[in-house]
Amino acid sequence: MSKLSVNHLLGIKYLKTSDIDLIFKTADNFKKIINQPIKKVPSLRDITIANLFFEDSTRTKLSFELAEKRLSADVINFSSASSSVKKGETLLDTVNNILAMKVDIIVMRHPNPGASVFLSRNVNAKIVNAGDGTHEHPTQALLDAYSIREKYGVIAGKKIVIIGDILHSRVALSNIYCLQKLGAEVKVCGPSSLMPKHLDSLGVTHFSDLKEALQWCDVANVLRIQLERQDVNYFPSLREYAMVYGIDKMVLESLDKEITIMHPGPVNRGVELSSDVADSKHAIILDQVENGVAIRMAVLYLLAGGIKNN
Amino acid sequence: MIKERQILNQQDIDITIERLCQQLIERHNDFNNTVIVGVQPRGTFLCNRIITKLKQLLKTPNIESGNLDISFYRDDLRRREEPIVPQVMDMNLSLEGKNVVLIDDVLFTGRSIRSAIDALMAFGRPKSVELLTLIDRRFSRDLPIQPDYVGRTIDTIESEKVIVEWKETNGTDRILMRKSEQ
Repeated sequence: MSKLSVNHLLGIKYLKTSDIDLIFKTADNFKKIINQPIKKVPSLRDITIANLFFEDSTRTKLSFELAEKRLSADVINFSSASSSVKKGETLLDTVNNILAMKVDIIVMRHPNPGASVFLSRNVNAKIVNAGDGTHEHPTQALLDAYSIREKYGVIAGKKIVIIGDILHSRVALSNIYCLQKLGAEVKVCGPSSLMPKHLDSLGVTHFSDLKEALQWCDVANVLRIQLERQDVNYFPSLREYAMVYGIDKMVLESLDKEITIMHPGPVNRGVELSSDVADSKHAIILDQVENGVAIRMAVLYLLAGGIKNN
Repeated sequence: MIKERQILNQQDIDITIERLCQQLIERHNDFNNTVIVGVQPRGTFLCNRIITKLKQLLKTPNIESGNLDISFYRDDLRRREEPIVPQVMDMNLSLEGKNVVLIDDVLFTGRSIRSAIDALMAFGRPKSVELLTLIDRRFSRDLPIQPDYVGRTIDTIESEKVIVEWKETNGTDRILMRKSEQ
């Protein structure tokens, strides 16, 4: 197997386990490349990639842009700070205008769930979903799983708990799909008001007690409280959330084993993680960022391989 | 119908490798500023044989070496049906100021070597780069690349294939020329 079974990376749901393995294997090679004195390879020098960010992003955008540049692709960026761009004609028009400039791959973040799926059906370019609303964020899930694989060697059989706002989190959904496909056991933890109704259909159970969840798991993937997506109050106050679900050194020390802490960033220090935990040896947050570049290089490389030269 | 002809047998290969090693020693003396680099995937078998032989001849325990993966430096990514599967890049060294001997089993169009030279430069600026190949398919070059050390020069046409088999993977060392006839 040296080819992905899909033409676009829209979500983990559409990937086979063999696709994930292929992405990881390719990322291993790119991780070596980005640690070389010269970190650039000429693989994609005849490919043009457009980064369309209809929603704010720092880490993902930088990571994608760096991955593209390390592969020698030509990169154009488009950011729409306003949220007035609605799915439908306007999105399609914007994209078609950009495609008229002969773009091969589109990396898109959009506030509407399904925006990248919609785009993939309507335009003639490879689409990489960099986060679509509360739906999926596949490259984040891949880099999270890759970081777990790097730390433990295997993913199958590992116990992973995702803590926080599962309801609004595309990272949680993609992580659940990805880790389950790789054979890990996944549970979630957080206030009941932030749990989706369809949790059972995902094959995931819920801890309401933080300590119980941490005691069970090998890895805790802690999510940011996404206040910008919460239209009503799901919990009384941030202070109260931090008291019940915030992880600090005291909680970690009270466990009878060592666990790994992950966070997709940006960290709200003092809310979901205390500073001493975020900066401790338990946390692999910066490894996740480094692996993000390697994973995105692998995804772009594998998708670009299918673009034929005319 | 497929026609096969043996070009080198086990003994020929041993003699050729020994001769290539002697030629290398003539130019590189004790190898204290020389690095030997095998091109992945097939050049690494030859590279390992040469290193073993050199160690025997020179009676030194250490010759600096690496295995170079050229997948990401190739020029045919979008001309293939499937992406190229990368191999292991094992280059835990700096080439700054070193004499490099690049090793591959068969030199054909020269495109792999072009990619390999490109890939080498990611590890520093070498003083010099030489090319050693076991089989040189002359008159088949797409690029102006010539070897410095050659095991055997052969004349082939494009439809003919040169197959190098190693003990490590095929149980025996031999080199064949395969020709399919209509």
